[in-house]
Amino acid sequence: MSTLLSARGLARHYAVRTGLFGRRASLRAVDGVSFDVPPARTLALVGESGCGKTTTAKLVLGLIPPTAGTVTFEGEALPRPNTVAWREARQRMQMIYQDPLGALDRRLSVLRQVAEPLEIHQVGTKAERRERALALLDAVGLQPHLAGRYPHELSGGQRQRVVLARALILEPALIVADEPVSALDVSIQAQVLNLFEDLQARFGVAFLFISHDLKVVRQVAHDVAVMYLGRIVEQGAPEALFREPVHPYTRALVSAIPVVRRRAGRERIVLEGDPPNPIAVPSGCAFHPRCPVAVAACRSETPALKTLPDGRLVACHLAHGDAAMRKAA
Amino acid sequence: MSPQNVATVTLPAPPEAERGRSAVTRFLEAWPPAVLLALVWIAGMLVVALFADSLAPYSFTALDLRARLSPPVFMGGDWRHVLGSDELGRDVLSRLIVSIRMSALIAFGATIISAVLGTSLGLLAAHFRGRIEQVVLALVDFQASMPFLIIALSVLAFFGNALPLFIALMGFHGWERYARISRGLTIAANEQGYANAVRQLGAGPARIYGLHVLPNIASTLIVTMTLTFPEIILLESGLSFLGLGVQPPMTSLGNMVGYGREYITRAPWIMLSPAATIVLTTLSISLVGDWLRDRLDPTLR
Repeated sequence: MSTLLSARGLARHYAVRTGLFGRRASLRAVDGVSFDVPPARTLALVGESGCGKTTTAKLVLGLIPPTAGTVTFEGEALPRPNTVAWREARQRMQMIYQDPLGALDRRLSVLRQVAEPLEIHQVGTKAERRERALALLDAVGLQPHLAGRYPHELSGGQRQRVVLARALILEPALIVADEPVSALDVSIQAQVLNLFEDLQARFGVAFLFISHDLKVVRQVAHDVAVMYLGRIVEQGAPEALFREPVHPYTRALVSAIPVVRRRAGRERIVLEGDPPNPIAVPSGCAFHPRCPVAVAACRSETPALKTLPDGRLVACHLAHGDAAMRKAA
Repeated sequence: MSPQNVATVTLPAPPEAERGRSAVTRFLEAWPPAVLLALVWIAGMLVVALFADSLAPYSFTALDLRARLSPPVFMGGDWRHVLGSDELGRDVLSRLIVSIRMSALIAFGATIISAVLGTSLGLLAAHFRGRIEQVVLALVDFQASMPFLIIALSVLAFFGNALPLFIALMGFHGWERYARISRGLTIAANEQGYANAVRQLGAGPARIYGLHVLPNIASTLIVTMTLTFPEIILLESGLSFLGLGVQPPMTSLGNMVGYGREYITRAPWIMLSPAATIVLTTLSISLVGDWLRDRLDPTLR
């Protein structure tokens, strides 16, 4: 399958100072992440707060330059931020934000903002832009009489639809959605997620969908990557990943999904401790201090992301059934 | 008032009542009477400033030595000098009209200069950050730490007094406030979603700042303008009073107040009308500024 977006060994480190006298340290927000997004598919990135999901999104869009690694989009490397080439590339990749009210200018009408990308990239005449914006508002399920409203006059779900319309109007190949529904009511969430799927079918757009909510991810994703401390620990099709998580961290995450009736044998795994400080990442497997099944090797060797027989990718020594490791345990 | 009446006032009016209300009520809600009066006053000032030459009954330098210090009509004077005359027999009304033109020119010119200068420096600082921001902030601190009157005195002492120079000098008053405010608000806006979102759409800096950030921070800047405008009128008055502002025979509102001070007990009308004009104009500008800020904000409409 051809890929639309491909990230290879993507890393972003921030130089930070700790303490009063500023010992220099390196914060590894993202540390060697690789994935592919095929056209018209959805890859979901999940993980807890601070695991580097949003930084990955910014790297993929070229909003910040990576410390290491490459992003290839439609076969070409991303241009540097805020250059002319980068601005041109915006027509093919767009972003959707967690807080739709913050992402909209409260002084401009909805129609004006939806048409703005066309204005920026000088597409069509004024009348055509207006026409197109109205068509897009219709496509995201907004009534035409809302076009003249201002963002604060709309509901949360309507605002997110406006943001979606603005992202879609240039017909991009990729939309990066950073927690697009986590600020919405559950009932509205479902509507917006259905809209995502409809629009994907209609416009053939690929999504990189970032969320901490596994229920949401299960509904929209074709492929799920679980991140922990700046790395992908498990990646695979959502059905398999949710039915039979392999990595101990994924297992804990999946066990935290609330279910109506808890089946026998499905117990809640409660992780101990807090996520470690990304400035001082534990040696070996970053998850080993909280891992219930960690062995000696986990402390010293960083597990690589390797393919399992069923096609899933897992970064865990134990998952790959290494006999020597088992014995060491 | 009966309790029923109170209820109709406090409850949100249903749409039928909305249509039923008289056009006058709706008009007065959109245009409060105080603001209307202020707008009328400012418009009047502008008309006077524009047509000063044809409105003044006498030349502002014409002497009428037989009618020196004659009181205005409302203090028992005659209609030859409606607002009285000064110690040289010059018509106060004619001088007032010319002074309004001069003061309006200085105040508007200087306010625009300082707003444009300060806002652009603030935007530059917020856009580039780093070195440029530090230079701008150093200039701001320098300006804020020096009493402006001293700067004005030294500039006027070294370069002499000419009207364009004087307006430019007044324009340097208060720019640091615009710079600080616009820098702070722009940095905040850049961190906020909407500016980032537009940048992410591929917009260049001109569009981001001109179409999005500036309109969003304009309300604060407009209020600052309405605060600076009276200050500039007062500063001009102060400098003219010290003899460093507008030079005789030219006249301005501050100049008139300054020279009228000597006759305050015998002929208070000399400084009465220019002082009243200063007060009313600055008050009107403040009222209109407040109203404009609310008007420009769609979220408050």
